[in-house]
Amino acid sequence: MNAPAAFTVDDGTLRFSGAMTLARIGDLPTRLDRIVEAPRAVDLSGVERMDTVGAWMIHRLVRDHDVRVEGASKDAQRLLEQVGKLDSPLQMRPEATPSFFRVTGQIGAAAVQAGRTLHGLLGFFGDIVISTFGMLTHPERIRWRAISRQFEVVGVEALGIIGLMSFLIGVVIAQQGAVQLRQFGAEVFAINLIGRITLRELGVLMTAIMVAGRSGSAFAAQIGSMKLAEEVDAMRTIGVSPMEALVMPRVIATVILMPLLGFYSSLIAIVGGGLFSWLSLDIPPITFVSRIREVVPITDLWVGLLKAPVFGVIIAMAGCFQGMQVEGNAEQVGLRTTAAVVQSIFLVIVLDAFFAVFYSAIGWV
Amino acid sequence: MAGEDVIISVRGVRNAFGEQVVHEGLDLDVRRGEILGVVGGSGTGKSVLMRSIIGLQTPDTGSIEVFGEPMIGRTDAETVDVRRRWGVLFQGGALFSTLTVAENVEVPLREYYPALGETLLDEIASYKIVMAGLPRDAAPKFPSELSGGMKKRAGLARSLALDPELLFLDEPTAGLDPIGAAAFDALIRSLKETLGLTVFLITHDLDTLYAICDRVAVLADRKVVAVGTIPELLALDHPWIREYFNGPRGRAAAGAAEREDAGQPGA
Repeated sequence: MNAPAAFTVDDGTLRFSGAMTLARIGDLPTRLDRIVEAPRAVDLSGVERMDTVGAWMIHRLVRDHDVRVEGASKDAQRLLEQVGKLDSPLQMRPEATPSFFRVTGQIGAAAVQAGRTLHGLLGFFGDIVISTFGMLTHPERIRWRAISRQFEVVGVEALGIIGLMSFLIGVVIAQQGAVQLRQFGAEVFAINLIGRITLRELGVLMTAIMVAGRSGSAFAAQIGSMKLAEEVDAMRTIGVSPMEALVMPRVIATVILMPLLGFYSSLIAIVGGGLFSWLSLDIPPITFVSRIREVVPITDLWVGLLKAPVFGVIIAMAGCFQGMQVEGNAEQVGLRTTAAVVQSIFLVIVLDAFFAVFYSAIGWV
Repeated sequence: MAGEDVIISVRGVRNAFGEQVVHEGLDLDVRRGEILGVVGGSGTGKSVLMRSIIGLQTPDTGSIEVFGEPMIGRTDAETVDVRRRWGVLFQGGALFSTLTVAENVEVPLREYYPALGETLLDEIASYKIVMAGLPRDAAPKFPSELSGGMKKRAGLARSLALDPELLFLDEPTAGLDPIGAAAFDALIRSLKETLGLTVFLITHDLDTLYAICDRVAVLADRKVVAVGTIPELLALDHPWIREYFNGPRGRAAAGAAEREDAGQPGA
């Protein structure tokens, strides 16, 4: 019963047959376009069924060639009428701008956006400083429960993954260092490498990257979805400051935990390196430890520990700031979360470079 | 009941999420050419029922047939011929956010009928967009630039893209203002009459029920407790149904529907 749509040309009359439906229309549109001679009439008496697509094909003929329609059933007649009413040329695609204007426009927009973000971040940092003073003068406003909750999420729950990462990094440094130093017969100096680089740089830096990925993104996503659900607005109307309830506990927790996690990370990396040295380089642990104590000055520990809280501020600030910027739809949460991680890792590495210059200037080399 | 005229047949369906049983021994028939309204309190599984029928959720037991084809336990490839005969409008419109409205409407056409030419695709999309009652400048816009009501209309245009025989609507008037909701009701009614659609419509909107539904199915106690026209349902002695239709909102909607009928005889 469902023959494909077809037509024959008969002395200026197009005789359609079969089912004029989307499913059965096949290549009928292209064949219709190929007709050279303009038809004068359309005969629909052989059509079994018709849907709006079939009606549209007939409507096009009527519109373009002003043909008569014969033998249309009642249903077909009604469909043709309806489809005729719907015919109004629409603009289907967004207007394309020339690529020169598009690219310069994008560069301009990105520059403005970067400026706004920097401005916003500075303002947000100011808010954090003000809130900190507020909390110092009114200690009863400190939300201990929220802070301890963040301690658990940012710190305790991160111990496993940071430990594993640090252990492996320690092993890799020991192995790579040993391979290179063996060429000079100075394998034992791999211990200097492990001890100093993990305490000064890698322990804190890798921890910062891990915390930014784990917690900075979580801050942005949590606060962002709270903003979407108007929870933040509700807080404000009730009189609770989102700065004190949401942002400060996260900032405080991250600032306190970053040095602790960084120290833990350095220790585990040294353990990893020591284990590798013992198993692969035949340096017994006792020698390894006494060697570490000889070659690593205490300033190396301060170098690492002093920059950790600064990284903590940056990570928590970028995460919370981006979360507070969420507006509109859920897609924003994703974009802002990504921005939070990229921003905090970028800023952490930039600041790390500054710290390196600073420490060497004051003689902590 | 003639088997020929039943488009959707649900028998003995059981849906459970963990401990929580949503449906138990649920039966439902949807007849050709009707608008069936599905109502029920929050959490009675109206959307779950729709998702079970369209294959997004596999029931634990029971059978579901659409156009006479069994739907459960078959792969997407096996049911492709059934799926291209229906259109689905999700609650928020579910438009693809990276595509314009016009491209959204073209997605099903491109997927199922890759042989259609670009011009014809654009023409089909354009009259579907007008058919769904969108303003003329909506086609090149992205979903994020549309209001909630326009998103629903764009979603409707996409669900109508394949000229479906069966349309699933999940709360089409939720979140629309009363004027927009009434216009949407009228649109669905007129589309049903022009295109001969069968409509499976989930709603909370009593006005919609009175205005356009031929029959109403009531979900309660994990199954369909009653199906029928509103007067038939009112004759039943089920507490939830009584409360639903005889509450202040139900009476207001009934009054509005009566006034409408009196004002437009033959409409």
